[in-house]
Amino acid sequence: MSSQDQAVQSYAPGEHPDLPAPMLTSGPLFWIKENLASSWLNITLTVITALFLFVVIPPLLNWAFLDAVYVAADRNECRELGSGACWAFVSERFTFFVYAFYPSGERWRVDLAFIMLILALVPLLYDKTPYRGYGLIYACLYPFIAYWLLLGGFFGLEEVETHAFGGIMLNMVIGITGIACSLPLGILLALGRQSEMPVVRMLCVVFIEFFRGVPLITILFVASTMLSYFLPPGSEFDLLLRVLIMVTLFSAAYLAEVIRGGLQAIPKGQFEASDSMGLKYWQSMRLIVLPQALKISIPGIVNSFIGLFKDTTLVLIIGLLDLLGLGKSALADAKWTGLSNEIYLSVAVFFFICCFSMSRYSLYLERKLETGHER
Amino acid sequence: MKKLLLGASAAIAMFAVTGAQAGTLDDVKAKGEVACVVSTGVAGFAYTDADGNWKGFDADFCRATAAAVLGDPNKVKFVTSTGKTRFTILNSGEGDVLWRNTTWTYVRDVDVKLAFQGVNYYDGQGFMVPKKLGVSSAKELDGASVCIQTGTTTELNLADYFRSNGIKYEPVPIETNDEARTNYLAGRCDVYTTDASGLAATRSTFEAPGDHVLLPEIISKEPLGPATRHGDDNWSDVVRWVLNATVTAEELGVTQANVDDMVKNPGKNSEINRLLGTEGELGAMLGLNKDWAHQVIKAVGNYGEIFERNIGPKTPIGLERGLNALWSQGGLIYSPPFR
Repeated sequence: MSSQDQAVQSYAPGEHPDLPAPMLTSGPLFWIKENLASSWLNITLTVITALFLFVVIPPLLNWAFLDAVYVAADRNECRELGSGACWAFVSERFTFFVYAFYPSGERWRVDLAFIMLILALVPLLYDKTPYRGYGLIYACLYPFIAYWLLLGGFFGLEEVETHAFGGIMLNMVIGITGIACSLPLGILLALGRQSEMPVVRMLCVVFIEFFRGVPLITILFVASTMLSYFLPPGSEFDLLLRVLIMVTLFSAAYLAEVIRGGLQAIPKGQFEASDSMGLKYWQSMRLIVLPQALKISIPGIVNSFIGLFKDTTLVLIIGLLDLLGLGKSALADAKWTGLSNEIYLSVAVFFFICCFSMSRYSLYLERKLETGHER
Repeated sequence: MKKLLLGASAAIAMFAVTGAQAGTLDDVKAKGEVACVVSTGVAGFAYTDADGNWKGFDADFCRATAAAVLGDPNKVKFVTSTGKTRFTILNSGEGDVLWRNTTWTYVRDVDVKLAFQGVNYYDGQGFMVPKKLGVSSAKELDGASVCIQTGTTTELNLADYFRSNGIKYEPVPIETNDEARTNYLAGRCDVYTTDASGLAATRSTFEAPGDHVLLPEIISKEPLGPATRHGDDNWSDVVRWVLNATVTAEELGVTQANVDDMVKNPGKNSEINRLLGTEGELGAMLGLNKDWAHQVIKAVGNYGEIFERNIGPKTPIGLERGLNALWSQGGLIYSPPFR
């Protein structure tokens, strides 16, 4: 638009340029008015919140970043260098927190297993991956590859005992094995609980109610202490394996109930329709019922997974050193004692990243599978 | 130090008819490593360094055991245990020996079916208070709030002591030493009570250790020592005499630095010679090599050296020898003769 046009101030019909909206109906000021200052109550709340943030945030930033010490040899040096957090402790222990007691010459195996895990997850989680079919076959083989990589003992890899597992690696091993094994088991249990065969139904009900009725800590104690009394002496039954089995069974019981909720939300007409099409039981479950039931259950399933992943820290009480356990035992080092805030904050950040990404992925999945049933 | 009076674990242990194996010594030699049950982390006694190596007083005694049996202090497997799981791990055979600052008590010895093999640290329960409270004796603590670890013998000792002295107190239950430290510094309790060694270690990490005092009263006996399974006498002998060898070595002036020299050029003191295997056949009686004690001292040093290195006055823990000095220097550390 030229300056001449503005000077004339006349337009052909329909050619008038759009005028800006009146003040306070759009733009940042409108947003502030609508969201922060729409009533006296909201104005008061806004002011109180702003004051609260003003009081809390600057000291927190000072402590965590500005006054923090990143490089130091021990606690005393940290104290001399700055008044904030002593991240030097966390960075000194970082590799230890990741690999724990895994032999230092063999740590590339953990790295490789982790990279291969990511490669296996991509085709599983993202359906537009090129060559997804091959990717899925690889994902099914992955558990065996990971087992070989982490434990070794054959095909030219040195054996590493499971008592060397610890730290983030242990959380990942328990969490991922638990998640991967408990989902199929949970689906079977949910179907079994709805089965018309009384024996199968009874077995599933007893199993689910038993594991839901007993706290995970109790189950872990049984895994670590009682089992060794029942087994004949000398029969070495790996502690980590016992824990993995117990965690999987526990989580499967919860998942079964979540999935049963999904199954009950499927209208009876769907079952009858698949029967009338002549589909066998497993066909109708696989093709008609489960895809719908699982879709409805996604929030609950992911909820259980997140719970399971956080519960992996409970192995601490039976003497397995996961990330939290390693952090606690590192606090016993006289060179660094008293830095619990730094350790617990780092552990919290790790778990937040893992759990938050799981919950974001589940939202993405829900949106992708959205087929117009939303109310 | 979690002295959990676990009635449950005692009850479980009573059913442990099949748990204990005879001949741990042979098993250990066959496996080629000693499985030591240690704690998940106690300052100065057992903790991990940045590279994941176990360090500390208990860890060193564990290495000493491996050096004696296998001739290599690094042939050890550390099995971490909590206060709740330590006895079952030992009794089920997952661990070979418990070097985990565990108090020797009647119930643990008799009912939990452990065999304690001596005492490597004499501890006792004490009190720490801020100096500004102006308290100089535990008897003046009437009405104080006390930070106390739940489910431990310290909790029972405290109740006994205050009841017998007619003092009222308000317990502030906490779970770990670190939690106690935070609560105590924040002023949520006036007094922190646990084993004196733990108090000293905790105080050493304060920004101003001088503002806090340890009260003179020690209200309990906490003899900490190694334990093995009941009924495994050969293996028990090995553990007991490894501890005795470190004590005797200190008594006789055998150190990590001079032990090689003493073996190469045996002197006239025949107890040193018997200890180090240059005279007599003591090793063979125990089912070990002739030079087992030599290996122990070479690996970790004598009792005094282990103490100084991990928890002595020059370390951040800063514990004095006190009761843990040799008997000849006014302490309680005493070894039967090597004869």
